[in-house]
Formats: sequence, structure tokens, C-alpha cells
Amino acid sequence: MNKIVNNAKEAIAGITNNMTLMLGGFGLCGIPENSITALVESDVTGLTCISNNAGVDDFGLGLLLQKHQIKKMISSYVGENKEFERQLLSGELEVELNPQGTLAERIRAGGAGIPAFYVPAGYGTEVAEGKETREYNGKMHLLEHSLVADFAIVKAWKGDAYGNLVYRETANNFNNMMASAGKITIAEVEEIVPVGTLNPNEVHTPGIFVQRVFKGENLEKRIEFVTEKQ
Amino acid sequence: MALDKNGIAKRIAQELQDGYYVNLGIGIPTLVANYIPEGVDVILQSENGLLGIGPFPDKGKADADLINAGKQTVTAIPGAAFFDSATSFAMIRGGHVDLTVLGAFEITDKGDISSWKIPGKMVKGMGGAMDLVASAKNIIVATTHTDRAGNSKLLKECTLPLTGVQCVKKVVTDLAVIDITENGFKLIERAPGVSVEEIVAKTEGRLIVEGEIPEMNI
Repeated sequence: MNKIVNNAKEAIAGITNNMTLMLGGFGLCGIPENSITALVESDVTGLTCISNNAGVDDFGLGLLLQKHQIKKMISSYVGENKEFERQLLSGELEVELNPQGTLAERIRAGGAGIPAFYVPAGYGTEVAEGKETREYNGKMHLLEHSLVADFAIVKAWKGDAYGNLVYRETANNFNNMMASAGKITIAEVEEIVPVGTLNPNEVHTPGIFVQRVFKGENLEKRIEFVTEKQ
Repeated sequence: MALDKNGIAKRIAQELQDGYYVNLGIGIPTLVANYIPEGVDVILQSENGLLGIGPFPDKGKADADLINAGKQTVTAIPGAAFFDSATSFAMIRGGHVDLTVLGAFEITDKGDISSWKIPGKMVKGMGGAMDLVASAKNIIVATTHTDRAGNSKLLKECTLPLTGVQCVKKVVTDLAVIDITENGFKLIERAPGVSVEEIVAKTEGRLIVEGEIPEMNI
């Protein structure tokens, strides 16, 4: 079994207009940089992107927003991305904002074959509009539905030809769940290691969830806010 | 005199108890980490997937893979753990986090909070705030008592989209420490040199003032 492909362009083959994609990362931490560049170059459009954030104006998913390749974002935080906020407020971009834990669980549930579940987050807020509610243990909950994607694109530290993945530090974030929730999952990794060298006790994402693996080249790994001891 | 951001953080740090797992939000709450009292052992959780946040890194040691929920570079303490976002929110939703400290645009005397959107003007997104306020055992809001225009942020009803309802337990502002009770805000302490009258005047929601109100000890 060999899931390794040569580069990002090969990895994203089959992504076409109007598909739903999941893209891992929290802010700019743990984002699949090469894959995003390949998507920008592919001119694919009308995408629905499920991603906690949308990068910054000139990096990460912000690059796809700039070129208006994204029709809809499903995210939890717009934050410091001015172009995202502008497109949201002007109505150019459809945006579904989810509580972050709900978003994470919708993805996890999607990958795990669970169609829906109840959570308390968002009860009594505009997030609850149109959703079924139910009381458990004296507390109100919302029915939330799971998410799956045509392609999930994740970023890992190490991966092997079987698709086993290990993440580094807080660059795991949404990547691990998203890997399980793509019909096709692409893993962009910093290092491809021979099968058998990853410690099976320490594999985060078992290879069964992953269809394509490639080595990301020239990763910038940009930091949004460098903070150091004074 | 009204407290500055660090003063608010310092007062909130007095609420920390030994053995607590604590989630600190972006802004003033992050500063609480600088004032953890001597002998109080707390572990800080960051919802992007870190249990055991350490200090900011030494100069030149910032690591792109190691950030807090505010996307600032941090370090991990010895004994820290990394995990994915679903596990992180299992900690939060499952009630394993003892205390959440977060900022707000508005808070009501019933414990409602709004913190993520100003319709037509600004959308930050709720991030993890809705999950945190819906499930934390104890929630303290860190905020200024009034907005820049001088309007009270402690209200009868929120005017902005809600983050959560009836969830906030305590508010620490630049002027006062206020508990949220069944009967509304209750004044507990005032900032050094700040009068009860000033706090009353700047609190729009129902405020209970009983007996002598001590100054904060910070």
C-alpha cells in the first residue's frame, strides 16, 4: 500500500467547482500551505470551506478569499482577517459561524458516522435559530448535525505511505478530526518516514482515514503574533 | 482610582484555587497568568489543544507550532499535554475545566453575556466562547465597567447578540467586583478609591448594595 503522491498539485486532483472542503489549522498554525497554494493556482471556485478560521489577508485561506474562490465558510472565528470580515459584512460571502467546540464535534461526529448530537453551546443565542432543542439534566441543549467533506486537507508533522500521521504540538487542532471526515483525505506532511518507523503507540491519525500523502515543500509556517519574554 | 488591565487581572488571580484547571480568554484574561498567587498550583488550558500553558518563549525561541488560543507563541510546562480540538472541547463541555475567565461587550444582571458580534459593524466570531460559557462550572468576566463612550456594560438586557444566557457568576471590572445573584448584580468590592456612588451610577442593571463595601486588597 502506497498513498504517497509527488506534490500538492497531484494531491488535489479531483477537487472541482462547488465542492465542500475541510482544511485543518487554528489561525495559521497547522495549515496545509502547499495545498492552499495549489488550490489558488487551480482556479477552482464556488467552494464551501470548513475551517476554524480563514487565515489572514495574505496567507492561508485568505488567499482563496482574495480570489473569490470560496462561496461559503463554516468557521468559528473571523478574528483579525479584514477581508473575511469585509466579505461577511457585505454579504459577498456566505458564512456560517459555529461555536468552536460544536464545530470540532460536528467534524468528529461526521468522521465517526454519527449524524447528529445535542450540545448546550449556543442555546438562547442566534446560533440556536431553527434548531431542535431538548432538555437533559435540567439544562437546554441544541441538536447539531455532523459535517463531512468531499475532500479533507490536513497538515501533519510526520506521515508514512500507509497514511499514518503524527502532529506536532498545537498544530494538531482540527487536523486530526478532519482527517476522518473527508471522503478523500489529503495529508500534507513535513516529513515522510518509512512504514514501520512511527511508534504505533504514538500515531494520532491511523492511516485508514487518509488517502493521499505528500511532502510539503518550503513551508513558511508563519506566526500570527510572535510573543516573547520581555 | 479605576484599575488598569493588569489590576483587573491581578484581582481575578485571587479567585484561583490550588488544583484548578483554568481557561483564560483573549485580552485581559490572558494577563491573569502573570499574577497566579504563590503556592497556588493551577494548570492553564488553551482550547486550541494545550493543557499546561507556560510563559512566553525566550527571545528567538518562538515556535510556530506552539501557540495559545489568542494565536500568540507560548511554551508548554513540563507535564503538559497536546491534543486535538474535539478532545479540547470534551474537557470544556464535559465540565472538567474549573474556571473560565473571558472578556465581554455586555453582561446582564441575570448573567447573560454578549462578546462576539456588533451587527453591521464588526464580527469576530464566537470562537470557543459559547462552548465555554455553556459548560464551565464557574465563569468570571473581565471587562471595563463602561465602554469608551462611558455607557455602562453592566445592563438589564444585552443589546448585542448573545454568547450565552444566565451563565456568568462574577464580574471583575476596573471599578468593582460584582457577583451575579438570583436578584441581580451584587456589589462585593470596590477598586481602591472608587466610591459606591460611582459604581451605582455606572451600573445600568439592577445592583444590590448591602452594608459597607470593602476596597479590593490588591
